[in-house]
Amino acid sequence: MINAPILPILIPLVSAVLLLFLPKHIQAQRLISAAASLATVVSAAVVLNKVKTDGIQTIDMGSWPAPFGITLVSDMLSILLVLTSSFITLCVVLYSFRSIGSGRETFYYYPIVQFLLVGVNGSFTTGDIFNLFVFFEIMLMSSYVLIVIGGTRVQLRESIKYILVNVISSALFVIAVGFLYSVTGSLNMAHISVRLADIGDEPIVTVLALLFLVVFGLKGGIFPLYFWLPGSYAAPPAPVLALFGALLTKVGVYAILRTYTLFFYHDQAFTHDILALLALLTMVAGSIGALAYKDVKQILIYNIIIAVGVLLFGIALMTEDAIAGTLFYLIHDMIIKAALFMLGGIMIWITGTSKMDKMGGLIRQYPALGWTFLTASFALAGIPPLSGFIGKLLIVQAGFEAGEYVGAIIVLLSSLAVLYSMVNLFMDVFWKKPKLPQVYAKKQTLSMFVPAAALVVLSVLYGVGTEAVYPYVMKAVEALIHPEIYIDAVLKE
Amino acid sequence: MKTNDVIFQTVAKVVFFMIIFFAVHLFFAGHYYPGGGFVGGLLTSGALVLLLLAFDMKTVQRGFPVDFKWLIGIGLLFSIGTAAGSLLFNVPFFTHAYNYFQLPLFGKTSLHTAMLFDLGVYLVVIGVTMTIIQTIGESE
Repeated sequence: MINAPILPILIPLVSAVLLLFLPKHIQAQRLISAAASLATVVSAAVVLNKVKTDGIQTIDMGSWPAPFGITLVSDMLSILLVLTSSFITLCVVLYSFRSIGSGRETFYYYPIVQFLLVGVNGSFTTGDIFNLFVFFEIMLMSSYVLIVIGGTRVQLRESIKYILVNVISSALFVIAVGFLYSVTGSLNMAHISVRLADIGDEPIVTVLALLFLVVFGLKGGIFPLYFWLPGSYAAPPAPVLALFGALLTKVGVYAILRTYTLFFYHDQAFTHDILALLALLTMVAGSIGALAYKDVKQILIYNIIIAVGVLLFGIALMTEDAIAGTLFYLIHDMIIKAALFMLGGIMIWITGTSKMDKMGGLIRQYPALGWTFLTASFALAGIPPLSGFIGKLLIVQAGFEAGEYVGAIIVLLSSLAVLYSMVNLFMDVFWKKPKLPQVYAKKQTLSMFVPAAALVVLSVLYGVGTEAVYPYVMKAVEALIHPEIYIDAVLKE
Repeated sequence: MKTNDVIFQTVAKVVFFMIIFFAVHLFFAGHYYPGGGFVGGLLTSGALVLLLLAFDMKTVQRGFPVDFKWLIGIGLLFSIGTAAGSLLFNVPFFTHAYNYFQLPLFGKTSLHTAMLFDLGVYLVVIGVTMTIIQTIGESE
């Protein structure tokens, strides 16, 4: 089956179209979306296995040979991220049954989630820079709908901001691709890499590198381009927020990782130094936000920004260990962010507020929720043997080896900030005695708790079973450190 | 406000068909010459909008008793189905097939599966444009 790599894109697409016909049949919608998400996970696992045994998989769309047609490329990095995203989407879909509300369910919520997955999986898989733009747009348009659906006051205000920022960054994206095309004469990413290697370190290439950094930085939320993120992400309800926090910013980070390892590795002294500097500022800014706020959503959102900083720092170091650490941390962060936002959503759902000083004492009624949240918080901070540990260890180690002492220390300090903010959150929501002697009505949370807990369990297994994941990640790192592997697989030279 | 737009309505009825035929012409021309499903769809929805302006939403709904949101879904199914047909033959996704046939009236004609894909685009464009215009128009 030579079309296997397209399945994780095609299955959500077909199911989204089928769901368009059934807007009012909520049960059918739930059933189809759950089944389709499960099928996507299975197909991604099949492709992962294929990439493991047979190497990088490519499809030349419409039988037009690379570099003339559009090529889809499933290398280890893409398929690992596709698998993670598909699994997170499955959990979010299950979580939505109870939490999203029938108003949104009858207004095309489920098909749009599937369209979002099409965009995310497509962005990870495509091997064509313009096609990357197209999949970005699919993802963004779905996210526009998800952020505005429901139409509450705060959502409308934030969605205008969100759409404006993203339309501008999309315009910049097209301009950047146009520049790149005028310099290299190709849109195929492998082919661009070859052409850029011939050109060497002309100044225009560095300009392009920074232009792409701005474009992807706006989507990924790096300093100082994250200004829109905390407000916009706080507007939609928890399941949408979980999807956004886990997937959207990570697609931006993936795009930076891909372009900075495949295209712009010639003038590292300049481009990667800027990347490192921005990474550190991102971590500092995120830490300040996470420590300053007394709001469940805001603390978790600022933790996204810290994680983006850590990931960028790993990319900026560009050594084998650092890239391995980045990959470990990227997958970990997607899983644990989704889990934390889902758990946070349950907390908000029980108490009816996201303000920490109005909560308290939840541990008595919801012990399982509390301990799961604490485990997830520890994983996020990177406490061994949980999943965040190995990624951070590798990044910090690589930082010290490369002589980037300041950076490595800031990564460590940011972990402390993460730990402090999360434990603070836990203490306020679960431990502290509520100011007013209030007892929250016991609510059924099981159907929301199970998908969230499944992600936490996955994250724990990912941390404990690092040894089993290691060969997969190292295979992905190999293709990133040596772009020739990727190029040869696509251009079949 | 009740305006007397007999002339407009009478002209619109005739012009509607002219636009539709031109849209169909553009749609089929699109394979070798400028045109195709996107432009054809835009022109068709232009013709429908003309009717909307000359008459009103209810009249147009009676003439075309379709939910335009369904058109989007059906169009997408056509397009995806054409592209996914390649899965059955184990050739790369999106690969198209074509051949030449002797048809009555037309003579030697080339038939392409790409036309089905374009038909999907045509339907989606009509569906999206009409949904947008109806949604905006409803508030007035």
